[in-house]
Amino acid sequence: MAGHASKQIDAKTLWGGKTSPFSTSYGKLMMWFFLVSDALTFGGLLIGYGMTRHAVDTAWPIGEETFNSLPFLGHGYPLIYVALMTFILIISSVTMVLAVEAGHRMDKKGVVKWMIATIIGGFFFVGSQAWEWSHFIHGSEFGKIELADGSQAIVKGHYGEVENFTIIEAGHHHSKGDVVKAGSHGMTQEDLDHDYRHAIAEGHVEGDKIFLHDGSVGKVAKKKNEHMELIVKSDGSEYKIGDKIEDHEKAATMYSKATTSGIKDNVIFGANLEQNEYGPQQYGQFFFFITGFHGFHVFSGVIINILILLGAMRGVYHKRGHYEMIEKTGLYWHFVDLVWVFVFTFFYLV
Amino acid sequence: MIRDDIYEYSLDSHHDEEKGKKLRKKIYFVTVLLTVVTIVEVALGALIKQGSGAWPFVKWSFIILTLLKAGYIVMSFMHLGDERKAMRYVILIPYLIFIAYLIFICLWEGTAVGENWPSTQGL
Repeated sequence: MAGHASKQIDAKTLWGGKTSPFSTSYGKLMMWFFLVSDALTFGGLLIGYGMTRHAVDTAWPIGEETFNSLPFLGHGYPLIYVALMTFILIISSVTMVLAVEAGHRMDKKGVVKWMIATIIGGFFFVGSQAWEWSHFIHGSEFGKIELADGSQAIVKGHYGEVENFTIIEAGHHHSKGDVVKAGSHGMTQEDLDHDYRHAIAEGHVEGDKIFLHDGSVGKVAKKKNEHMELIVKSDGSEYKIGDKIEDHEKAATMYSKATTSGIKDNVIFGANLEQNEYGPQQYGQFFFFITGFHGFHVFSGVIINILILLGAMRGVYHKRGHYEMIEKTGLYWHFVDLVWVFVFTFFYLV
Repeated sequence: MIRDDIYEYSLDSHHDEEKGKKLRKKIYFVTVLLTVVTIVEVALGALIKQGSGAWPFVKWSFIILTLLKAGYIVMSFMHLGDERKAMRYVILIPYLIFIAYLIFICLWEGTAVGENWPSTQGL
């Protein structure tokens, strides 16, 4: 800010010791140097991501295909959620800079107020990221399917929910003639669809039969999937990367053929470190590492902010005569926001 | 322990209410700017499909807008713009040179791998 930094000092005094040539305190300078090294880490990660993406190119998933859900509202909202997360982080950066500004006026009340706002913003961001990870790990309603020619495709469309399983062969729990549906056997609609997807991934669905955990066999009644579209993500003997099967009927038939084949892992839901619904395996690894590493920074930032808030409330900095501690933690917090700006662009937008 | 040989730089940044008002005005301006840029980015991403003719233009606008946002965060929120010139350059120049080099070498290499080693496609 103003003050010493803008005063003219001759070079001999400046570089001759006692005063800092940068006119900043030791602590602030070291925070900057730490941030440069941390920025190099994130830069390296993002550039490594870019390199992999350039090598894989067309098979790489598009952000708006992968991230298109909102909590409570379902699918069909490309990028809105991440945009919201970005906005939350920007706002918490603003409240932080307001806390710094209040500190420069020795306004203890203002510092406490804005620090609390910043911490709330940080918690919201970490929570949003947890939701997004959970969504990414569990996957979409359709999953990625392997087609008859060996190619793999991701699926878009309107999901038709499962109506019920009618038991045709008894097991430990279910007897013949039982109808498992939403509202019976303690099942919700979500449980029913979840169990069906799980059975598909395990290869426990053959034709219209589902083999349940207790050894019983059920007949599946399910609403039709509509507006189906397949996007090929890896080559097979017939379809190549980037091919789209946009004929809804044909896509629906191919999809149901793949899901009812009874072969394990013919359909993959979600992503983990071994398999990945959205595209190449490295996509999942980079997603987990980069957003995870960033989320870890946000989390530690929130913890540091809480400690500094406690210090400010106890009047530690007021007694010291300046609120530079707020400025230093502020630098770290803005840096977290800065990294997110780049993650947002290169992971979600481009 | 109080040392009398150290200049207390931390006090330099103090300012009065009047100056604070001006600074807050600037903060709100940057807030609005960052928000608007984010909205524009999302709108572009939602409206223009990847692979369409306008996509390269959109892609480069994303990159430029991101650098614009980053610039405002570093210079305004992190107050690097208010620091001494020597410090600004010590922070920015080594970083930018190294990152530019890394971007060049890695993306070039990545493209070459993709072209000459087709088995990487669709791993």
